[in-house]
Parts: sequence; C-alpha cells; structure tokens
Amino acid sequence: MSTQMSARIPQQESTRKSPEVRLLSGNEALALGAYHAGLTVAAAYPGTPSSEILESIAKFDGVYAEWSTNEKVAMEVVLGASYAGARSLASMKQVGLNVASDPFMAAATTGVNGGIVVVSCDDPGIHSSQNEQDNRHYARLAKVPMLEPGDSQEAYDFMALAFHISETFDTPVLLRSTTRLSHSKSTVRITGKRGPTGREIAFHRSPEKYVMLPSSARLRHPLIEERLVKLAEYAETFAANQVSWGDRKSKIPHAGLGIIASGIAYQYAREVFTKASFLKLGMTYPLPQGLIRDFASKVARTIVIEELDPFLEESIKAMGIKVSGKEFIPRVGELTPVVIEESCRRAGLWDVGGKGREARPTSQPRPAVTPGQTGQSPLQASALPKRPPLLCSGCPHAGIFFILSSLGQRSKLPRSRATLPKDSKLIITGDIGCYTLGAYPPRNAMDTCACMGASIGQALGMEKAGLKDGHKIIAVIGDSTFMHSGITPLINAVYNEGHITVLILDNGDTAMTGHQPHPGVGVSARGQKTQPVVLEKLVEGIGVKNVKVVDAFNLKAVRSTLNQALDSDELSVVIVRGPCSMLLPQRSGARCVEPEKCNECEVCLMLGCPAIRHEDGHVFIDGTLCVGNACTLCEQICPRQAIGPQKRT
Amino acid sequence: MKKLDILIAGAGGQGVVLSSDLVAEVALASGYDAKKTDIHGMAQRGGSVISHVRTGPRVWSPLSREGDVDILLAYEKLEAGRWSYFLRPGGVAIVNNYALPPLSVNLGVEKYPGDDEIASVLKQSTDEVYLVAGTSLAAKLGDMRTVNVLMLGCASAFMPFKLSVWNDVLSNRLPAKIRQINLAAFERGRKEIRGAHI
Repeated sequence: MSTQMSARIPQQESTRKSPEVRLLSGNEALALGAYHAGLTVAAAYPGTPSSEILESIAKFDGVYAEWSTNEKVAMEVVLGASYAGARSLASMKQVGLNVASDPFMAAATTGVNGGIVVVSCDDPGIHSSQNEQDNRHYARLAKVPMLEPGDSQEAYDFMALAFHISETFDTPVLLRSTTRLSHSKSTVRITGKRGPTGREIAFHRSPEKYVMLPSSARLRHPLIEERLVKLAEYAETFAANQVSWGDRKSKIPHAGLGIIASGIAYQYAREVFTKASFLKLGMTYPLPQGLIRDFASKVARTIVIEELDPFLEESIKAMGIKVSGKEFIPRVGELTPVVIEESCRRAGLWDVGGKGREARPTSQPRPAVTPGQTGQSPLQASALPKRPPLLCSGCPHAGIFFILSSLGQRSKLPRSRATLPKDSKLIITGDIGCYTLGAYPPRNAMDTCACMGASIGQALGMEKAGLKDGHKIIAVIGDSTFMHSGITPLINAVYNEGHITVLILDNGDTAMTGHQPHPGVGVSARGQKTQPVVLEKLVEGIGVKNVKVVDAFNLKAVRSTLNQALDSDELSVVIVRGPCSMLLPQRSGARCVEPEKCNECEVCLMLGCPAIRHEDGHVFIDGTLCVGNACTLCEQICPRQAIGPQKRT
Repeated sequence: MKKLDILIAGAGGQGVVLSSDLVAEVALASGYDAKKTDIHGMAQRGGSVISHVRTGPRVWSPLSREGDVDILLAYEKLEAGRWSYFLRPGGVAIVNNYALPPLSVNLGVEKYPGDDEIASVLKQSTDEVYLVAGTSLAAKLGDMRTVNVLMLGCASAFMPFKLSVWNDVLSNRLPAKIRQINLAAFERGRKEIRGAHI
C-alpha cells in the first residue's frame, strides 16, 4: 500500500527541471515547506528547539511573520488570520503549547477558514526545557489530526499535507517535531515553489462557527466527533502512513518482527533492525485501525518503538491488537539507536542481522527505567571534569547574581573553610532564561524555577504563606520572560498588596533561545524598527510605586538599590539594565591582572566569568574572551585593585 | 565507501556546529547521503558541544552509535577524552592540543587532567591518535577563530572527499571577509596532520 491516497494532495507547483537538493535542518525544512504551501501569517514565541522555524519564515517575502509576546497570543493571531482566510502557522516548544492551550482548544472547536498548522517541538532528553512532556496527548485532547515527520524531507513535504488536511477537514493540524528532528540536518528534494495561494482574504460572519457561546459550542461538538471519524478513514489510505516489508521468510531472529514507529524513532529503528517489517506512521492521530490490524496480522510479532509515553502503544492495545513496547523501551529520555538495540536485546527480541555489531559500554548515564541495564562507564572518561553551560564573559547577569549570592550567604571563597547556612534568609524565586544558570555554583542564587513568569506569583505566595523570622523574598525574571508572562502576576501583586521585591533583568534580548527581539527591544521579527514597550513606564502604569532602574555593570549602585528595595516594606521593582554581551558591537579595553598586586584571594573567580581563569597557581584574564570596558565587574570587586586595563606597550 | 561516522567535539564558541555543517555539505556534494545533528545544553557559550555527522549511500539515524565512530575531531583536549568512547576500535582521534579549563577547575573543585591521563583515556578506544597545535597555528595565521577549519583540514586527510569539493564548499559557505584566511587554515591543517601521530 505504499503510495495511494484517497484525498489528493494539492500539488505544490512543481519545478520543471530536476529538483534542487539541499541540506536543511528540520526547522528550516518546516519553514520552507510552509512557505511553498502558501503560508501567509506566522506567529511564535522563541523556545528551544522551535525558534529557527519563525526565524527562517521571517526571511521569506510575502509572509507576515511576528514574534508574539507569548505562545497564547501567537495562537490567537493565527486564529484570527485563519478566520480572515489566510493560511497560518504558530510554532512553539512543547511547554509553549501549555501557554497556548486555551486558544488551541478554541481553534479545535471553531475549526478554520484558512488552514492552521500548529508546530509543537518536544524535547525528549530535556536538552533545554523544564520538563519532558509528550505533546502528542494534545492531539487526543483537542481531537485534532497530528502529523509527525521523521526527517527534513518529511518536514518539508508534510507542511503541504497539513494545510490540505486543515482546510479539507476544517480543523487545526498539530505538527509534532522533536529536538532531534528540528536540530538535525538531512537532504531535502525541493519539489515545490511559492505560488499564489488561491485563497480569498475576507472575513465572512458566521456566529455559529466563530462565536463560542454555549448555544453554538454545543453545535460544534458533534461536528468535531464526526470530523474525527472522517479523519480516521482518511488515515487508512494517507500516503505518509507507509508499510515496508522486511525479510519475513528467513530464519534470522528478528525477520518476523513488525515495527510500528513514527518520527525520529523510525530512523533509529530502521538503523537497528535491518530485516524487520515497518509500519511508519506519518499521521499519529487519529490512527488507521484497519492498516494497523492488517500489518499486525502479517508479522510474527508486533512492537511499537516510540519516544516518551506509550501513546501509540496504548491506542493500538485498545484496538485489541497484541503489541508491546514500553515494557522494554524506556519511557524517559531521548531514544538512540543504542538504547533501542540494548532494550530490545534484553527483551530477547534481538539478534542483530549483521555480525560483530556488539554495542560497546557507554560512559553516558542513561535513565534507569529498565532494570538491569548493562552500560558501564569506562572509569577515566566519566571521571573527567564536566563542562556545564555558563553565563558568558561580559554577561549583565553576572554582577547581580554575585550580589544576590553574597547577600544571601550562598557562596564562599574557593579556599574558605566557612560553613554556609543550609537555608538562606533571602529567598530567591527564579524564572526561565540564561539567568537560570544563576542557580549553579559558584552563585547558588536561585531557589525555584517552574515555568515562564512563575517567579512573581511564587514570591507572593511565599509571602502570603506567612514566612517568619525576617525572611526577604525576591523574584528574579528576565525582560523577555516578563513580557511573556510576568505582567499579570505583577498586577496581581499590586492588587493583593504584596511586599515582595521583583528584579527584572533587562538585557534587551531573548538571549538563551538565540537573541530574538521582544516588545521591549523595539525591533520586529524581520529586523524592522517598531515602537518599544518601556519597562519602567509599564511597571509604573500597573501601579508599582517603588520602581528603580539601575546599571547592571555598576555594582555599588546595584547593591545599594537592591538593599533599599529589600528594606522597604513596599512592593518594589528594580530593573537591572545592561545589554547581552553577545550583542556588543565591538569590544575594547580587555582587563588583566597585575601579578604584583594580586594576592590570589580569588574573589574575582566568584563572578563565574569564563574569561577569568586559574592556571599554574595564578589568576589570569583571557584577553580574547574579556569584553573589557563594557563590563569591568572583576575590576570593581577586586579588593586590591589588582585588575585594570591592559597597559599599552 | 560503506559509511563514515564523524564526531566533532569542543566547547561552545569554538565553531563545532559550523564545521559539522561543512563536512555534511562536502559529503552531499560528493554524491553521498548525509545527516548531521548537534547536541549542546542551554545558553550560548562555554558548555560542551558535540556534532554527529553521518554519511554513506543511505543514512537513517542522525545519531552515531557509541563504539561506531570512524573519526573523532576534538577542538579541546578534555572534550577529546570525554567523547572518545564513541570511537570504533582503530578509529582516528584528531585532537587540538589546547586546554580550556571548565569553571569547576578554575574554582579548584576539580582538576584538569594531565596530557598522559587524556592520552590513556583515548588509548582505551584507539591507538590512532593525532595531536595538532591547532589553536596556536591558527593564531599564527592571524585569527584564532579559524581553528575549526584548520582542524577540519587535518580530518579531511582521512575522508574520501576530493580537495576540490572541500575548496568549493568552503568558498561558498564562508563570507568573503574570512574566506582567504580559512582556506589557508584548511590547507595548513591538511599538511600539519602528517607527522602528528602520537
């Protein structure tokens, strides 16, 4: 059944000569696919691993692309664009869909006019996230179709399919990627090109479709159930649900195996099982029951190989089909070919077709989900010092965390024998951004990190819980995160008479996800000037009376402003302002240590600056990393004035 | 060529991702299938970064298997040791003789391993170890940042791709301002690898 399909896909205008082949990342391919499929409006909030999708789209002409203040807004913009007839797309990381879930569910209820594709990039392995949720469950919750590409070619091809399905079945389509797909490059045959979308841009009133009062919402629900039945029928012959038969006759142990897989897990499974048969699902919700039943009946044993939750497996089991998977494949962490091979070997499914491909022991600790894992670390390799991510040299967050750390008695000098209190009198609720690294040694200056904007509500909650003994509570949040989700909890703190201190770290950037602009920057996704939202005016407008702005690179000022705010019994906001060092146009005046004055007290090391090193018993500053005059934090904290600009010779 | 797995390792900011892009482009331009994937933690700078590049007639997984990598190219010594378990027996390790101590070492919490210790970790996987003074050679050429392309020149000696393809891809991918110095770095690396075996 490999390629027939019931509903024809609208062919993207094909190019005459043989198509160009390019190496594209999954995210670049998603963007190009959407562009060729007639995308008109795209909206997103940056989030690893999804950010490059909108960045790529913003480079195309004839598409409106915006960084929205958050994913909920992005989804709402897309919904409006769709109602007005435009093909539209919202992209986000997995937890972004939590933020956007309200309008996402609304879109599932109203359906669309122009096609809507919602791209969710999950992060198995938690490379850069606060959890490991499996967003495939959102497709079932919202009762919308879900596509899962397995490489960049499919990322490109599936966009046209997704818009077609969206408009044919009057539904948003969830397109689920993962870090490994979004951030891998593979070849793409570019078979389409940008042509006219053929869509009328107009809004036609239809209250029973677009105004979700109970009376019309009640009419929509049966339509959603009908839609799901039709989609399940469509899935039976959907071209991207493909069977490839392996060697079902020979005596090689895994030859009789039938593997159901999707996304990147399919690639790993193909790599490992060279003789098995495969049912590769391009659409993973709703499932093609007949196709799965037929496949399972023609193989000796059926297994599902999928990352994270047993999403496919449980649905297939509910069909009454005998299948297994998560009893041996880990449900925690990212899969790899080796993880699959080892799990299947332990489950007795194995005998690799080829000889001599014994996987060697690894030094990477894997999640201990399955008992009795065999991987054992070669001692020396795993004993090597780790290299965790750092705040960059010249980072405007370095100074404030140095101060928070010392005010809260959270760090001591490398050779000091002092003992630190287990709990600090200064409680620091944290948020999401580069500055979350402030939680790591040597600063240890963050006590919570939950989700975007949580720091302010958490700080108020701690106050209202009634902490005794003169505890001070401070919330630390970045500028982009504040715009995303910090404004409403700050309004809440004004309204409910909080006495907390809120630090807004304003580096004029959404730095961690790759330096995207945000409403405070005054630059659009396409790099054009736009009106900036001024933080201090916004905060004053909300009703905060005690608002201070301080230079992130003036440590004395930061310390005294912070102390004033903490001593005040009022709700205070301190905006700590200094540009992200990655955005500095040029650097000059690299600092150096004068060996005659330095007594190796190592206070400067407590900044955690990557340019300051300790080598051969001496502290020195790497002039190729130091940002110099733009920072000078180390010079300000040196008790012996041993740090200054390099002397010209 | 049946398959070629390359693992490039370094610290954030050393140009790991760009150089793995270049290898994959060269493989593609040489008529092979190619996939690559980068692994790095959050934030922009300083953390451990690796890139898997896999090429051959048909590639499924972008991730290499532990014990199956043909060439490990490391831009920092500690990172060479950290990822050497990915090498297949007899695989080639090409190591930049350059140490960038992590923060824990600066703070005196951990110790940066000695050259002999790193060598012994590498030798658990292979005897084919090449040590190149990449960073200082790149600095002598006039720009330390060309170390990634210089090291790529070293590694290219072990890959079945034509020099002309390398030159084409490098010329196309690099901005005019830094093209010449990078082409020179590549050539320097290609020469330097001779006699770098330890």
